[in-house]
Parts: sequence; C-alpha cells; structure tokens
Amino acid sequence: MWKWFHKLASPPHFYALSAKMIPWFFVPGIVLIAYGSWTGLFVAPADYQQGDAFRIIYVHVPAAYLSMMAYMIMAISAGIGLIWRIKLSHAVAAAAAPLGAWFTFLALMTGSIWGRPMWGTWWEWGDPRLTSELIMLFLYFGYMALRAAIDDTGKADKASAVLALVGAVNIPIIHFSVEWWSSLHQGATIVREGGPAMPPEMLIPLLANIFGFTLVFGALLLGRVRTEVLFRERRKRWVRDVVLPAGAEA
Amino acid sequence: MSTHTPAPPGLFKGFAAVIRRDVLLAWKRPGDVLNPLFFFAMVSTLFPLAVGPSTEQLQLSGPGVVWVAALLATLLSLNSLFLSDFEDGSLDQLLLSPQPLPLMALGKAIAHWLITGLPLVLVSPLIAVTFQMDSAAISVMMATLAFGTVSLSLLGSVGAALTVGLHRGTALLSLLILPLSMPILIFGARTVALAASGDAVAAGVYFLAAYCMLALTLAPFATAAALRISNE
Repeated sequence: MWKWFHKLASPPHFYALSAKMIPWFFVPGIVLIAYGSWTGLFVAPADYQQGDAFRIIYVHVPAAYLSMMAYMIMAISAGIGLIWRIKLSHAVAAAAAPLGAWFTFLALMTGSIWGRPMWGTWWEWGDPRLTSELIMLFLYFGYMALRAAIDDTGKADKASAVLALVGAVNIPIIHFSVEWWSSLHQGATIVREGGPAMPPEMLIPLLANIFGFTLVFGALLLGRVRTEVLFRERRKRWVRDVVLPAGAEA
Repeated sequence: MSTHTPAPPGLFKGFAAVIRRDVLLAWKRPGDVLNPLFFFAMVSTLFPLAVGPSTEQLQLSGPGVVWVAALLATLLSLNSLFLSDFEDGSLDQLLLSPQPLPLMALGKAIAHWLITGLPLVLVSPLIAVTFQMDSAAISVMMATLAFGTVSLSLLGSVGAALTVGLHRGTALLSLLILPLSMPILIFGARTVALAASGDAVAAGVYFLAAYCMLALTLAPFATAAALRISNE
C-alpha cells in the first residue's frame, strides 16, 4: 500500500496518471450537472413557500459545500506536506486555494441573489451562513497573500501550511461564534430553508448536482496540480521530455 | 554544544529571561508602549465624530467601537513582535537556545501582552466612560478585553512569526490575523453589549476564557514552527 502511495507522490508518475484520471472525473461530472440542472430547473416542482426562486439552491448548495471541502483538502494536504515532506501534496494545497476561493465567491454571490427575493435584501448580516462564508473567503485571501509574498517556493509551502492548519483549527470556532452572534438578534425576515424535509423529486437533482460539482472540482483540481507540478519541476529532465516534442533541442 | 560550555539555564529561568528582556526593552523605549494606546484612544474618538454625539447612539455603538479599536491597536503593535529581534540577530540566538522554542514563543507572546494588552485593558475604562457605559458594563468590558487581548497576542504571534522578514509585512499580517480574530471580536463586543443592556454575560466570558486557554496551549507550537520556517 505504501509503495503505491510513494509512487503516486512522485511528480512524473502523478503527471502521467492524472492525465488518464481527468476524463473520468470530468465527463461523469458534466453529465450529472446536466441531469441535475435540467431536472432541478424544469422538472422539480416549485417550492410551496419560495416558488421558483428556490431553484438557485441547485447551484448555491454545491458551491457552498465545495468551498468548505476545498479548505479541508487544502489543510489536510498542507499538513501531509508539512509532516511527511511530500512536495506533491504542497502542490495540491497551492492548487486548491484559488479554486476554493472561487467556489466561496460563487456561494456568496448565489446566496446574495437568492436573498434578494427571499429577504428583500442583497445582504443579510443576520444570516450566520452568509457571514461565515465571507470570513471563509477572507481566510482564502490571507492564505493566497502569504503564498504570494514569499518568493522561495519551499518556504512559501511550509509557511502557508502552518497558516492553513491554524485556520483549520479556527474554522469550527468561527462558525460557532457566528451562529451565537446571529442568534442574539433574531432577524424576523429570515426564511430558514429546509423546514419540512425535501421531497425526493427536489432532493435527487440536488444530490446529482452536488456529486457533479464535486467531480468537476476534482478534474479542475487535478488540472491545476498538473500545471503546478510542471512549473515547480521546470528544471527537471522529465518535464523537458514531456513539454518538448521528441528529438527537439531545449 | 561543546563540552566546556556551562550548563544552560533551566526552563523557567530562560522563559522568565525572555519576558524580562522584552519588558525592560519596552520600559527603555516608552514610545512602543504608548503608541498603541494613543492609537486606541484616537480610533475611539473617530466614531463619535463620525456618527454624532447622541447619547443613545454612543451607548449602542460603544462596546463595538472599543473592541474594534482594541483589536486594531493590538494588530498595529504585533508587527514589531519579532522584527527588532530579527534585525539585530537575537532571534537567531533564541532559535539556537537549548530551551524548547514553543516555551520561548510563549514568553514572547506574554511579554507582548504585558506591554500592549495590559495597558490597553487598564486604559479602556476611560474610553468607556465617554461612551456612557455604566460600571457593570465597564467591569465586564475589562474582563473580556483581558481574555481577548491575551488571545490576540498569542494568535498574532503566529502571524508575526510567519511574516517576519517579509516586505509589506504589516498589511499582510492584518490580512492573515483579522479573519482568525473574528470570534474574539464577536464574543468580546457582543458580551459587553449584553452587559450594557443588563443581560446575562456568563456565556461570552466563559467562551473568551476557553479561547484564551486554547490559544495558550496551541499557539506557541504554531509560532515556534513558523519561526523555524521563516528563519531557514
């Protein structure tokens, strides 16, 4: 098992393997998103309270879920990189951060658009999830800013890994404190989604989209890690062999 | 360590020496202590000037203003936590010392609190009075500020260690530490606001105390790791 693991962590092997893996993530992901979005937008019944406006859930929830998933991937791979000094896992952390920030932004934007018809406002400070998503976005910004400020890649990897781990310890505390804070001034305008359990004809497209988004996220992440690895190993022979056509001189 | 060097000082002695040195340095350069305090007072003055002098409004915004000002003042002083040590080489000595680095990092953070956090807690009632807070709210405010500034010094020491020796360090440090410090701000300011309106405050104070304990136990290890990485 460990042999397999070490082989995966070798950049040339990963580069070759990931090229084969990406279509297996991307194609089923797109199919699931197409099915989920079509069924969600046109087939599923309208919500008895929110009407058709609830349908933004099919983008909002997968994005919000991935914004947290990406941070977990980032923090775990940063930790692995820090402890076992696996360079590939630092590359994964570096590649996951901008993706996570984008999904966080997407979740915030769709949440805001959803809030407009539901709460009558683009932004509702009383909603704990909007607020903690915003803090999440700031955490991503801090992580990327620290990475950008350090020129040496090895040092940037380790320093940002420490930050990612400190952030990972803090995220549950942030979520809890924002929940506590918003419970103090109960916004009367807030309509809590959920309530009665979702009927299956609404739930199945949502699950399809969540899985679809996750698979496409995996494909995007693999693609970003590939370019990250190529850049980091740009002085190595195998990169020259991959990038230059056979027989060409560097 | 070669054999003819004398035995290194004990754990506690080294720890106390780090604190004593930083406090002594601050004593010799009072500006380091006073500047964050002046900043604290001035930021608090900005708000009444910006939002108007009505008593009702000041009472409503007072807890938040005092807490935001305290947070910013602490943040301002954090940049210098390791900077002068980094520049004159004493940070290298700290890294080479036989004492465990997390303990030294804890000493630095505690010294930072003694220099900036503690004066801030002591000065805060003066600001609070101008915001028409009553004595019950002021005592709660001092308690939350005491726990909160200790946590901020510890959390900030991680950020200061990560950014030491980087250009554009101050802005970067704020970007790293502000999102992480939001729980402290939320519980600090909201608890004082609850006290001002006569509600129960135990939950908030307990939370801040618990956060402070967590920071005391975990942050020094992160700071030590960050110092080693920044000084490779």
